[in-house]
Amino acid sequence: MRRLLRTHTTEICLLVVIVLIGAFLSFATPRFFTLGNAFDLLNISSVNIIFAVGLLVVLIAGGIDISFAVAASVVQYVTALILAKVGGGGWASGLLIAGGIGTLLGAFNAFLIHRFKIISIVVTIATFNIYFGLLMFFTRGVSIYTLPDWWTERIILYEREMADGSWAEIRLPVLVMAICVAATWFLIRHTTTGRQLYAFGDNPEGARRFGISIGVMQFIAFGWLGLMAGIGGLIQAHYAQEVVPNALYGRELDVLAAVVLGGARLGGGKGSVLGCVLGVLLISITQNGLNLMGVSPFAFKMIIGAIILVAITLSNSRIERLLPILKTERRHR
Amino acid sequence: MTTLVRRTRHLLGSEIAGSVVAFVAVVVVFGLASPQFLSRATFGSVAFQLPELGLLTLAMLLPILTGGLNLAITFTANIAGLTVAWTLQANGGLDAGPGSFLLGVALALAAGAASGLVMGLVIAYTKAHPILVSLSMMIFLRGLGEFLTRGGDVSGFPAFLRPFGHGSLMGIPVPLLIFILCVALWHVLLSRTRLGFNTYMIGSNIEATRYSGVNTRRVIVLVYTLSGAMCAVAGIIMLARFNSVRVGHGESYLLITVLACFLGGVNPFGGFGRVIPVFAALVVLQLFSSGLNLLGANQHLATAVWGVLLVGVMILRWLAGHFRTVLRRKE
Repeated sequence: MRRLLRTHTTEICLLVVIVLIGAFLSFATPRFFTLGNAFDLLNISSVNIIFAVGLLVVLIAGGIDISFAVAASVVQYVTALILAKVGGGGWASGLLIAGGIGTLLGAFNAFLIHRFKIISIVVTIATFNIYFGLLMFFTRGVSIYTLPDWWTERIILYEREMADGSWAEIRLPVLVMAICVAATWFLIRHTTTGRQLYAFGDNPEGARRFGISIGVMQFIAFGWLGLMAGIGGLIQAHYAQEVVPNALYGRELDVLAAVVLGGARLGGGKGSVLGCVLGVLLISITQNGLNLMGVSPFAFKMIIGAIILVAITLSNSRIERLLPILKTERRHR
Repeated sequence: MTTLVRRTRHLLGSEIAGSVVAFVAVVVVFGLASPQFLSRATFGSVAFQLPELGLLTLAMLLPILTGGLNLAITFTANIAGLTVAWTLQANGGLDAGPGSFLLGVALALAAGAASGLVMGLVIAYTKAHPILVSLSMMIFLRGLGEFLTRGGDVSGFPAFLRPFGHGSLMGIPVPLLIFILCVALWHVLLSRTRLGFNTYMIGSNIEATRYSGVNTRRVIVLVYTLSGAMCAVAGIIMLARFNSVRVGHGESYLLITVLACFLGGVNPFGGFGRVIPVFAALVVLQLFSSGLNLLGANQHLATAVWGVLLVGVMILRWLAGHFRTVLRRKE
């Protein structure tokens, strides 16, 4: 138990906080503790979780990326155009096109980072501007509302009628999210590449001397995020039933904050899929709860910003000071 | 004569070469492309637009020199602007006197410094990454501003504020004068004071600096506090220029300030970089933006060009370093 507590401190803290907030909200609002609301939360958070697990891989490898949300917008738009050209397509071709373009955009970041030795924040600031500027320039900000039917049709995986007659449903985005989460978990926990990513993020020079190719690591990390961004973009368009060029603008910072809340560290070598998912969920639950309690939406960002600031402060302070059990544990070593 | 050259070079630094080349290139290219470019009007508009971006860049510069980043600059400026606006409104709105404006300025500087102080304290005492701390501060300040203004804008200020945004003194725009004053202040701060020296030291190697007896925490807290105060100055200038305050004003400047710092030769990892080259880079960027505007380029295309420019600068820098090592190996 102690060992679990020590290795998974962040995840357990997050879980405790989520349970506390959940308990409070269940008493404060009648709507929160219902199956319908829980499923809504999952449906709404799906896209952010897909983005988050992608970003997690980059953070573990010691990089940072702020261009992925804009890249997802580019993917949405280009995919919609290509599908219109080829006359419809289906989920398979859609995923292939979106994933492919996303991976390419991610690989472009990796290329600049690796080939010219530019730090990733500078590269992604630049590509953020390039992608967004070109997208808005070529589209003139015009949205696409006529998407193929398969893309916009609601697919319900599980549904149940509630006592009050409303339907609680889990939709397709949740399934895609689950697959992306599982795939990322498998990649970073159960493959050699995953272990190399952790090693590379923790100590790039050490990893290089150990024979790990830096370039390959960069391409895998940013390519994976690109893939996730592509899939996330496709699902976001499915969820919103439209493609709006600037709909995802600004999402990157929210996702980044959530991932870091989940225990990933800027600088690399640390972070888990579970923590990352919990981080996104904590923010969505808080937002959802504030909404149900009738707090002004204008206050959301302020409260969430304050929560993240406090969380970062606490998680970086010496954890033993907060949890005395761990102190004795450390001393034994 | 040689001493004069040497002293100018010492003052300007070798980093200025890139900016000078870029300046010449921009003037020549746009001068050929558009006949109106080399006119008083262009340079006049540049002189009026430069200060907003420039002051924010100065606010960004100090944290970058310590190896950090301050993503909250634009929203700190917005909050400071709101502080001035409310002080004026509380004292009679359009009829408010200069006294209440001075009070508002003092409160705005305090608000900006306070936001920087909080960030500095968190960064210095918990060793949290500056990007994250300033990012959450940015989300918080944006939320705070939106909450307090409900997303609308605040306007209606007394007439005596106009000169701060649009007036000229001996032919030089007042905002530019304030900006140049701040550039001089930052230059002296970084090149003549202990705080400036320690800022560079921290950017180069924080542990070594701490072991050599510098109170690194105090320096970091001061750096972010000063950065916040400089944002407040930018916020006040923006208020006078637009005659209104709106949360989100200047948001697009955030990445351009980073671009200006790197274009001006500041090392992304901290420790190296000077104020004057950054100032030169700012002039180039603003001329470039005016030139694009004159050519009829769309604002979004300009955004893309900023990105290409940033990558281009970093690639050129890599090439320069690459050739230097190749040449050294040949010797």
